[in-house]
Amino acid sequence: MIAALVIAQAVTPNAIDKFGNALASGIALGAIYAILALGFVIIFKATQVVNFAHGGIAAFGAYMVVYFATVLNVPGRWLSFLPFGVQWTLSAILAILVTALLGVIIERIVIRPMIGKALFAVAMITLGVDLIIRTITVDYMGNQSRGLGDPWGAGVFVFGGIRIAHTQVVTVLVAMIAVGLLAWFFRTRTGTAMRATAFDQEAAMAQGISVGKVFAIAWGIGAALAAIGGIFSSVFPRGAAGVTPFTALIAFRAFPAVIIGGLDSISGAIVGGMLVGLAEVFAASYLGSVSWLGTGFAGIVAWLLMMAVLLIKPYGIFGTEEVRRV
Amino acid sequence: MLEVANLEVVYNDVVLVLRGLSIEVRDGQIVALLGANGAGKTTSLRAITGLLDVHEGDVTKGHVNWNGSRIDDKDASHIVRAGISQVMEGRRVFAEMSVDDNLKTGAITNKSSSSEKSAYQRVMEMFPALQSRRKDSAGYLSGGEQQMLAIGRALMSNPKLLILDEPSLGLAPMLVQQIRDIIVDINKQGTSVLLIEQNASMALSIADYGYIMETGKVVMNGESSKLLGDEDVQEFYLGLRTEGGERKSFKDVKHYKRRKRWLS
Repeated sequence: MIAALVIAQAVTPNAIDKFGNALASGIALGAIYAILALGFVIIFKATQVVNFAHGGIAAFGAYMVVYFATVLNVPGRWLSFLPFGVQWTLSAILAILVTALLGVIIERIVIRPMIGKALFAVAMITLGVDLIIRTITVDYMGNQSRGLGDPWGAGVFVFGGIRIAHTQVVTVLVAMIAVGLLAWFFRTRTGTAMRATAFDQEAAMAQGISVGKVFAIAWGIGAALAAIGGIFSSVFPRGAAGVTPFTALIAFRAFPAVIIGGLDSISGAIVGGMLVGLAEVFAASYLGSVSWLGTGFAGIVAWLLMMAVLLIKPYGIFGTEEVRRV
Repeated sequence: MLEVANLEVVYNDVVLVLRGLSIEVRDGQIVALLGANGAGKTTSLRAITGLLDVHEGDVTKGHVNWNGSRIDDKDASHIVRAGISQVMEGRRVFAEMSVDDNLKTGAITNKSSSSEKSAYQRVMEMFPALQSRRKDSAGYLSGGEQQMLAIGRALMSNPKLLILDEPSLGLAPMLVQQIRDIIVDINKQGTSVLLIEQNASMALSIADYGYIMETGKVVMNGESSKLLGDEDVQEFYLGLRTEGGERKSFKDVKHYKRRKRWLS
């Protein structure tokens, strides 16, 4: 029935433009979800912890960009000879590194002492961490939305009727770079140690791998990816006004992507993120005018998709069957 | 030299598994640690290599010394770095990873890349069977190949002492022979070996010295030749007939006698 409605609308004029626009923003949104899901999966795979603080960490990353790029102008104030775009990028990288550090600190302080304890308790702790991070950032940064001061603004590429925002292109590029870096990382010594730890923790310890170090690195990488997701969901066209206290909720919209892909699968996170992003945007542009669905239907499409996938594949598309559920 | 003295290990604060275990592995030796299921062999291994934490176990008395310094309070990574490496029971290879990557995890404590390279070379020479399967997932190897990979992985850290936990478990007799020869070979190259086994005849055939454990204690120890000649060892561990060469009928076996213990 929904498919019939989509087809009925597809034959109207400008159908190709509409489809193209939806496809472009769907892929860009999918890239954001994929990045967020990747960070989530890496933490889960290495440490078995369901990280409910992911959204808070993502928003923290975006706030850090606001802070470094627009408030402090670091490191741009010492590098004023560089073009503005480069200055902003350096601030963003600094913000991502600071967020990664936050991840490592969280791991060291609240996760490490809980190793071997009930996973449910650890998940609840991350929920508390989420609240703490969000409260503190909002305390410092205020309740109103804050622009990130990014160099792309509301610029768009126009191809006939199809309009693609500069930020959307950048989002997809950054996502591809991040995935490439991760693929490289997993081949390095430390990456191999991380894969070994994820597969069999005790056997990894027996090889002399320091599991604590692996956990810290996993949290660092997960938090850095969350920050990237948070940054790109706070720029045009997703969050044109900038980062707000509600930015943290983006992680809950990426959650179906994680489940669809399978909690412990890297490629699943990418596929799940893309599926959810495309589904959300297509639902918004094609089903928005279907009155009986009401407004905001796009917001629950991801969850419907998740339920459908779980009915057929209870462990997600790429998930390992015997993985422990929380 | 590895020295375990009066070691007592308790799991979950209540289950007493090791009750004053004392063993010694001198440099260059092959030492066999024998015992039935549940005697505490694997627990001894965990206590030596710092893996008790994972199983909620604690050393409550006694100590483990390695070349004069205490290691029972150190973590696993420190102990590997100090030169003690292990092959865990059931092989425990990283099935999803390639053979090469498995070996790479074994070399994680190996600081210089040249010593890693020479360790890799040595493993490949020792196990030619692995050479053709370097890129394959470890999970697709046969049981014997997986055991070789597990031993190779443990050798990647260039250990001074190698501890093997039941390397013959679940392998065909021919492969057990092969593993046995490999252990002798490793020992000849200058690594001491602590061999934890249920297969007493295999272990004692290559060991210099042997310990027999029961319910958390050493009940008998001595040169392997002496143990091999002992009547009780022959009957209980080697399954050799006793009493004047007569083959024993099963109905003559007194079962309470089979439960004989040296202690208590």
